[in-house]
This record gives sequence, structure tokens and C-alpha cells, in this order.
Amino acid sequence: MYGKGILKGLGVTLKRFADTYLDDISWWLQGRKRYYTQEGIAHRSSKNTRGIFTVQYPEEQLIQPEEFRYVPFLVYNEGAEGKKEVRCTSCGICAKVCPPQCIWIVRTNDPNTGKPVPEPKNFYIDMDICMNCGFCAEYCPFDAIKMDHDFAIASYGRNVYNLEKLLKPASYYAEIRPLNYVKEEDARKAKEAAKAAKAEAAA
Amino acid sequence: MTAPASTLTLDLVSASLVARFPDFVTADARPGFSGFIVKKENLVEVATALRDEFGFDLLSSVTGVDYLAENKMEVVYHAHRTTGGPGLVFKVQAERVDPVEVPSLIDVWAGADFQEREAWDLLGIKFTGHPDLRRILMWEGFEGHPLRKDYKEAFFEEETKPYKSRWPEGNHTYAEFKNPFRDNLNLPENFSLDNYQPQTEDQLYFSLERSSQKHDVGREKEMGDHMVVNMGPHHPSTHGVLRVAVELNGETITSLKPVMGYLHRNHDKIGERNTYLQIMPYTDRLDYFNSMANNFGYAIAVEKLMKIPVAERAEYIRVIMTELSRIQNHLIFIGMLINDMGSMYTPSLYAFEERELILDIFEAVSGARMMCNYFRFGGVVRDVPEDVLRKIKDLVHDRLPAKTDEMERFLNENEVLVARLKGIHVLNAEEATHHSVTGPCLRAAGVPYDLRRADPYSVYDRFDFDVAVRYNGDMYDNYLIRFDEIRQSLRILEQALKQIPGGPINSQKPQYQVRVPAGEAYGRVESPKGELAYYVVSNGKPNPYRYHVRAPSFVNLTAVETMCKGVKIADFVVLLAMLDIVMGEVDR
Repeated sequence: MYGKGILKGLGVTLKRFADTYLDDISWWLQGRKRYYTQEGIAHRSSKNTRGIFTVQYPEEQLIQPEEFRYVPFLVYNEGAEGKKEVRCTSCGICAKVCPPQCIWIVRTNDPNTGKPVPEPKNFYIDMDICMNCGFCAEYCPFDAIKMDHDFAIASYGRNVYNLEKLLKPASYYAEIRPLNYVKEEDARKAKEAAKAAKAEAAA
Repeated sequence: MTAPASTLTLDLVSASLVARFPDFVTADARPGFSGFIVKKENLVEVATALRDEFGFDLLSSVTGVDYLAENKMEVVYHAHRTTGGPGLVFKVQAERVDPVEVPSLIDVWAGADFQEREAWDLLGIKFTGHPDLRRILMWEGFEGHPLRKDYKEAFFEEETKPYKSRWPEGNHTYAEFKNPFRDNLNLPENFSLDNYQPQTEDQLYFSLERSSQKHDVGREKEMGDHMVVNMGPHHPSTHGVLRVAVELNGETITSLKPVMGYLHRNHDKIGERNTYLQIMPYTDRLDYFNSMANNFGYAIAVEKLMKIPVAERAEYIRVIMTELSRIQNHLIFIGMLINDMGSMYTPSLYAFEERELILDIFEAVSGARMMCNYFRFGGVVRDVPEDVLRKIKDLVHDRLPAKTDEMERFLNENEVLVARLKGIHVLNAEEATHHSVTGPCLRAAGVPYDLRRADPYSVYDRFDFDVAVRYNGDMYDNYLIRFDEIRQSLRILEQALKQIPGGPINSQKPQYQVRVPAGEAYGRVESPKGELAYYVVSNGKPNPYRYHVRAPSFVNLTAVETMCKGVKIADFVVLLAMLDIVMGEVDR
């Protein structure tokens, strides 16, 4: 019969149309909310989803996986009396590995001796050029530069971030990447313990 | 009885080729290099013998290398057999004095057409006998050849990255503060802005006219006026900024020339300025639907050069990721094809739903949905967590097969779609191989050539799957073969997910500066669009000496004129969609 294929296809569309409301109704009958709740968003992006697939941005936002990466930031440890202990030693590895070469670092030199001090005097990242590859965070030996989760950085001007704007506390890092944070802290503690044990053995 | 030359292994081919042409074929003896050096004068003769006697019917890549220090230009050819097996490399060398002349191979393999034009455009190698040697990626009137080693682009800073101005005295400045009219602009001698006459596109229209006279469709030339129509560069269904100049007789296409380069950024030159590792995120941006497959090809090329193994678990992760990306690419192809035929959005958005779920997986493992940057030399960046692996299993076992079936039920028998696609010829086997077309288009023409089988890389030889092939070579077969490939990918995924071992995910220590010994390598993978290959030459320094991408979309476009001659203009957009081109890869 001519037109059978079209009818078959329309059947699929009809099924999809019905699906849009089936889940809504069943959730409503169970007294659960399918929209504007974390549970609902998680369900809508799972393999069992059917019907409406979209999220109502910006009221709703997709759940970001831990590894999601968007523009780098610098991590500082919170010292006593709110002192910012910057982890960065301005070794320059991130500037060297950066593919579009958007990281600019000014190293601090000791005013008396003229020798370099392991602390950046200033740190610029040209966010307009940054391609979010994540190499800087991947190859940093001091866990000082990490990739952020905050993607809403649109602005009317240009985005060259300096040291002040790049610094974020380690607690923020622990919040956005809990698993990585724990892993790195454990590795650091193990390393320090090994070092202490070695020093003890030497003494 | 001796075996026919077309079934010989590569070693035997080498021996018999040198024996056949002792005077003008010599083996390339440089350390790390392979293949032959052919004398320029006898190139066509040797190439014809390779095609007809030795069975190398598919010319994969043509590219040039500028050896500035030795004052030489080299043209590198990679030829393959559609029956499978490793490829053959042969090279021609020419003195580096303008004009650098090398005979064109367009009569032996028509697939050399665009690639020779590209080599002319970017390296200034003149292919004598090429009927249409115009610039292809740069604009007409451009001065110089940017891939030559002595060419410096505007805002040129240093020969290689990392730039010294970034550290330790890295005070930020904007590149454009170096005014191009003062710093980096090279004008030709005797140039004056007052007398400047911009070059017109006469050459393009001349070549269009000549090509229509050469193969006159139905000898109707005298019967009516021909009309030239420029489609693009902003036609919405051209998948990006592709412009096509079409000559029409009524509604029938008599000749057609694609004009490209609107998205050109000289990926090759950027690559030569970068270090080996820095190229990896740039490859994501070639074919932006399949960054995983792009990473794969480049990683294979550099691993060949470095002669390092790949961690076992990483091999499986690589296969899983590329097959997932193939599935989403083909789904989008199907959706967008229907879009091109005028049924806006419903099928394409159904396809986008599944793609969304696959991109969620990419985001969870690599951190980005499209620009994954996931592969490293010797493995991958990070392991796939157990919960993501379970998510992939759910998709592969439950959701994707069901959704593929639904898509087929939705579209395959639709009478309008069938009437539009069935019986409209795309390419036959000979045309496709002659024009170096690879990927689903070649397989829909009845040539079962799939690199995963023909020249297995990674761990593809461990999986049980069929090479999808269809025999009619019309649009409907080209459409259906995508569904076949999705099913085969699902089969591979099922096996890979079952077999995936534990263990480390990289055979190397993480390092940002890899040591790559001198030599050349050609790493190729079966990307969803066709054969994606990277030709990398190293001279032992931290940056590649030559880095070339053989982009499947670009080479497949060579056949577009053959495909479209004599068909109605209304079918052109659908025919173009069949090639599944992505402009990020065509223009590079």
C-alpha cells in the first residue's frame, strides 16, 4: 500500500508525542516533581529518558561531571589570618605547555640578591585565547593551576585575568572536584611521610 | 607459477619495483624514512605501473615537504590497495628554485586533483600537466606560499613554541598591537596601493567553462544559454561556509567547482610551530564532530615515530570512544540529510537526543563535550570511571540499538524519502577509487575497504565485525550504509566492553616534552568520514618538521564534480550531504 511507510513513520512521531506526557503524568501521580529538581534533571539525562529532553536553562542546569573543564584558575591555601599562600612557584611549565600560548608569567626576583623567588609577581591568562585544553592543570607539578567549572564568563570587554582575579581558595577546588582533591591530598601526605621517614632514617 | 604482482607483499613489491625500473627508482635510505625516490622525469610511468601492475588503485595522499637546508622540495605520495594491506610511499625530489616543477599525476589517479592544488597553493610546487592549477585554500591574489619554511605569517613571533616572551618576564601584550603595517607585513616588490588591481575570479569561471565543454552533457550546448549560479558561501545547507560555482543548462548541472578556504587557518603551519603534544588539542578542531577519531590518528602517527607501545587498557578505551563517536556522527548525518532534503528538524532532533547522551560520556571522561583532547602518546589522559563504564554499557546494550531501530522504522520506508533517494547515482566503484574517495561513500559503491579490516590498527583485529558494504552506489544505499555501520560499531562496542582489561592507561610517564627520533610516519585511521591520516616528519627537535593532515572530507570533495554532472540542481544539495563533509576539516 502506498503511504504505508509514511504512516509507520508518523506512528513513531505519535509515540514520541505521547511519551512526552507519560512520564510527566506518572511522576505527578507519584507526587514527584520532574522539573526544577535535581532528581528530575538527572532522570531526564539518563538512559531511561523519553519525551522532553531539554533542561530549562538558566533556571535548571545540567549536572556537571567532576572532570568538566573550563578556563583555568590558580589555587591558594588558606593560611593563618586569611593569608593567601599561593601554590604556584612560577616555574613556567604551564606557560611552556600551553598550545595557544595564552599564559604570561612574571617571576619575582629578590630585590637584594636578584635571584628568582618561587612565587609569581604577576600571572596573566588571556581567556579570549584560552582553548580549554587543560594541559596546564595536567602538567603542573605543584597542583597550583586547575580547570574551573564556571562557564558563564561572558562580558562586554576583553578577558585578560591577572593574578588577583585568577586566585581561588583550595576549599573551592575541593568543592568542585572532590575526588581529585582527596586523591591529590593523599598523594601529598604520602610523599611528605616518606620524606619524613627518610630524614629520620638519615638522622 | 609466479603470483601476479597485484598480490605481492610490500617487501616483494619493493624488490620487484626496483628490478623493474632500475634506473630511476631507488630506495629511500635516510634513517627513519621508507619507500622510494622516483626520478621526476619518469614519475608518471612509475605511477601507472604501480596502479596497473602492482594494484595500488587508491592514491591516499599527496603532499610536499620543504627541505630548506638541502635546497630541495619533496613531493610525497601514499598509495594503497583497496584489497587491503599496508601502503606504499614514493617520493619525488626537485630543486628548490622557482618554479619547482613536478609532473602531475591527475591522469593516473584523479584523486590527486585537489591535493596537488593544495601543494601548489601552500608550498608552491608546480604540477605540470594539471589542467586547473589554481589556489585552493588561500584567496586568489595571495602572495607567497605559506607552508614554505622561509614564510612568516602576520604577527609572527618566533619560529617555534614555547615563545620566550611568556616567561619569566611575561608582561601581557596583545598581538594586534604589533601593527601589521609596521611589523610583519611583507609586500611584494614594487607594490603600491594606488596601482593595486585586485585579482578577479576569472580563472574560476574560465575553469568552469572549460570543464563543461570537455564533457558536454548531451551536446545541448548550442541549444540554450548556460547560466552560472554561485551557491554559498552562506547557503544554510552547505554544512558550513562552502561556496560552489555551478554552470547550469536549464536545471541540469553541466559543470561545477567547489570554492573553499573560508575557514582556512593553516592547521599544518600551526602544527609545525607547536610542540608534538601541543598539536593534540588542535586536531580536535579539524572534524569537530569526531574529535576522538582525530586524536586517534595523530596519536598513532607520533607513536609510530617514537616506537612506543600503547597500554592495553588504553587501546580498548580508544576503540570504545571512537566507535561511540562514529555512532553519533552517523546519527547526525542521517538527521542532517533529512534536513537538507527539506524536512526540517524533527528527525535531526531525534538524532541529537542520542548524541547528547554520548557527549555526556565524553564530558565525564575527558572534560569536554566536543573538544575532548583525550589521547596522549602511549595511552589516554585518565581512566574511565566504573560508573561511566556502566553508563556506556547501558547505552550500548539497551538504548542505542532500540533507538537505531526506531530511526529506521521512522524513515527507511517513507515513500517520499525513498522516491527522493533511490536510483540517483552517487558514485560507482571505479569512479570512487579513481577519485580517492574513502569511507561510507566508497563502501556504498561496493568496495569493502575499511581500514579497520584492510590495515588493522590498534586492537581492531581482535573484534568480530563485518565491513558494511552495499552495491548500488545510489543515494539510498549511501543512506542505508550509515545504519549498517552503526550496527557494526555497536557490535564492536559490545565486544570491547566485555574484553576491556584492567591496568595502567598509559605506557609512558606523563611528560610535556616528548622525544621523537628523526624520521617520517603516516598514521591513518578509519574516521567516520573516511580515511583520516597524518603525515609527520621529525628531525629530532621538539617540534615536528612537517605535519600534514590528509582530511577525508577534503579529498572526498574531489569527486563532487563527477557526482553532480548531469543531475538536476535540486539534487545537488543532497548529493553534497552524502559526502558528509565538515568544513573544519576541508579548510583546515
